[in-house]
Amino acid sequence: MLRLEQRPTPSKSMLYLTPVMAVLATMVVGGMLFAALGINPIEAIYLLFIDPFVDSYNLSQLFVKASPLILIALGLSIGFRAGVWNIGAEGQFIIGAIAGGGVGLALWGSEGWWILPLMAVAAALGGALWAMIPAVLKIKFNANEILVSLMLVYVAENLLAQMVQGLLRDPSGFNFPESRNLGRNDATSLPDVIPALGIDGGGLVSLILLAAAFFLLQKHALGFQIKLTGESPRAARFAGVNPSIIIAICLGISGAAAGLAGLFELSGAAGKLTIDFPVGYGFTAIIVAFLGRLNPVGILLAGVVLAGTYIGGENAQFILKLPAAAVTVFQGMMLFFLLGFEILINYRIKSVRRAV
Amino acid sequence: MTALLEIQNLSKSYPGVKANDDISFAIQPGEIHALLGENGAGKSTLVKMIYGLVKPDEGSMVLQGQSFAPAKPVVARNSGVSMVFQHFSLFEALTVAENITLGMDDAPNRKELSDKIRKVSEEYGLPLDPDRLIGDMSVGERQRVEIIRCLLQNPRLLIMDEPTSVLTPQEVEILFGTLRQLSADGVAILYISHKLDEILALCDHATILRMGKVVDTCTPKEETAKSLAEMMIGGELEIHAATEFNPGAEVLAVSGLSLPSNDPFGVSLRDVSFSLRRGEILGIGGVAGNGQEEVLAALSGEEKVAAGMVTLDGAAIGQMGPNERRILGLLTAPEERLGHAAAPMMSLSQNAFLTGRIRKKLAPRKVINNSKTNTFARDIVEGFDVRTPGIHVAAKALSGGNLQKFVIGREVLQSPEVLVVNQPTWGVDAAAAASIRQALRQLAAKGAAVIVISQDLDELMEMSDTFAVLSEGRLSKPQPAEGLTIEEIGLMMGGDLEGTHHAEA
Repeated sequence: MLRLEQRPTPSKSMLYLTPVMAVLATMVVGGMLFAALGINPIEAIYLLFIDPFVDSYNLSQLFVKASPLILIALGLSIGFRAGVWNIGAEGQFIIGAIAGGGVGLALWGSEGWWILPLMAVAAALGGALWAMIPAVLKIKFNANEILVSLMLVYVAENLLAQMVQGLLRDPSGFNFPESRNLGRNDATSLPDVIPALGIDGGGLVSLILLAAAFFLLQKHALGFQIKLTGESPRAARFAGVNPSIIIAICLGISGAAAGLAGLFELSGAAGKLTIDFPVGYGFTAIIVAFLGRLNPVGILLAGVVLAGTYIGGENAQFILKLPAAAVTVFQGMMLFFLLGFEILINYRIKSVRRAV
Repeated sequence: MTALLEIQNLSKSYPGVKANDDISFAIQPGEIHALLGENGAGKSTLVKMIYGLVKPDEGSMVLQGQSFAPAKPVVARNSGVSMVFQHFSLFEALTVAENITLGMDDAPNRKELSDKIRKVSEEYGLPLDPDRLIGDMSVGERQRVEIIRCLLQNPRLLIMDEPTSVLTPQEVEILFGTLRQLSADGVAILYISHKLDEILALCDHATILRMGKVVDTCTPKEETAKSLAEMMIGGELEIHAATEFNPGAEVLAVSGLSLPSNDPFGVSLRDVSFSLRRGEILGIGGVAGNGQEEVLAALSGEEKVAAGMVTLDGAAIGQMGPNERRILGLLTAPEERLGHAAAPMMSLSQNAFLTGRIRKKLAPRKVINNSKTNTFARDIVEGFDVRTPGIHVAAKALSGGNLQKFVIGREVLQSPEVLVVNQPTWGVDAAAAASIRQALRQLAAKGAAVIVISQDLDELMEMSDTFAVLSEGRLSKPQPAEGLTIEEIGLMMGGDLEGTHHAEA
């Protein structure tokens, strides 16, 4: 019989090495999977993990995919630090895009530098308000925020479907269920900042917020309260922290970040609202948050790695005829190995012989 | 006469510490054998090895002439070794009989078991109704259930781990009667304690442990409390001289404090009233689970009450949260060190910030000042002799006594007007306990008021100027501690709050 036994002092350096080991293990096991499918594993691994970071076209797409992941994961990580488990970032992402996009569409035809910031504020507010639903239900009735926030993703998806068929439908779009293309309008589209890496205005804001999150968690009293609440709720109460406020702040921040990411996606890569607008960034960001050890710098690196698998996965689909689900399998595998290694760092396996 | 249990050269190491080092002694049938030592001396590890919870690294045991190496408790029980733990494993929502059934390998039917429980419990002077709910029982009665559970298995050796820490003096007397009777019937008892008077009164032999080694053995009847204590801590014991008590103006007043409990088995505070003057140390005694935590929560601000129920320097503060009260100078140190007073995984520095933020101004404009925080943490570590490799060590890496010194030091160094501490020396070794008490006394001498909530009567008698008892959420009227007798206190602890009319000094 095997048993897990807690290690007295888990290795600090291993703690930082686990994400790297998880990526390496995913490469090895993924390679075996490809070999079993009759695909050259070396070529597949190269396409998925190396090519996105060396090919210049791929590089120009890197932050297009990475910034929404980083921005959402950043918001989620703050809640996860406090033990507030927002799983519904995908829904907040959609609502942010609807709210911000709605402002942009309402002001269609106007010109001015202030339109895009106004859309961003509306998107952040929309995402935050959507996240307030699980927050209020948790505070008032102790409802589980994991379930409520997750269920609200499906509500948001249906709301999006309604919007693109009704209120936000392009009046000159031949009745196709999609909005006007905000990306083709200077006032509502994001400016490029570093095109070679795919960093646009949204990517820049994400990086600035990354620094802000770092400051919040390292230096600010509120960051301390958030960490303390996750670490030991009773000690937090003793330190004068109001748990209801922390729940509201954490869900609010993560909702606002996801909403903002939704608008950046809309005004940048996607351009218009369609039923297929959400592509799962809100869920992948959960992996990014944990792969990055809930730490802003780690999230930056993890976001880039996961963005790479998106890009590499698409290329592998063209070149190697890999099934589309392969990328999802890979991302899942990465989280699996990460959590598995994490257990082995904190515990050791002991074989227990049955007593005679 | 051959020994019942012979322990031969047992050793057990944990990472970084040798908990037991080459321990040998023997227990005779029917003797009450004391295992004496400070916290951390290795008593628990040793009895866990005897009871099959921990496997020794080296050494062996012989029980009734046969090699004895229990791999788990059930093996030990079947060989006639039973244990009553300090912390009970009883389900509050079940009856006595149901709880006992759960622990048995081959339980008889309900009727038969109930009869057996009644018979055994009466035989040993521990009357027990098998159909009562555990949730309705006092801690002393719950301990009876654990003892009866052991006795039903006809043990040859009964291990008792600090059995009296939760009992009133009267209950202790009853327990001792039972233990003596068991001993007369030939059952050996291994009695673990650090309370010297109990060992003097009860035990035939004593084995004294220090730092994992047997340092001495003796016959308690030939020793004094002082000589036993010196064997235990390995040095001369300092006895503190009483100081003058000249209280100043009233600083804290609690009047009609009531706090209903949310937990069905919790304790509601009922009409608690007292006042506290500068320089005064108020000792609050009572058996655990009679409202101690609730009193602390109501004073710390973790539980809000009607504004006027708590006043500090004339200001009604019942509705204020913990930090607002800290601004005014009301500080607290809860009983549970890890997870309440301190966050286990956070560093000492972060834990210093946890309560020190407000009064020490460690986060002006909400930005944490790291160097100031580290200085405060270092001041605590140095001022209170906290043994730690540094202030960046996680709180849970410290031993209980060192962390307690840190927790008390953290509050004392913030110069409180009123400091409330719950169980200041629980699980703390004698030297650390003495320094904690000394710090609290000095704080009072400088004009602060101190409330010490404790279950250790000796500690309360040594420290308190005035004394009161909590019983089922009610507080007796505080009385001058000088001249109170153990009998009077015992009656108060049993719930007779009015029955003792202590003569005013």
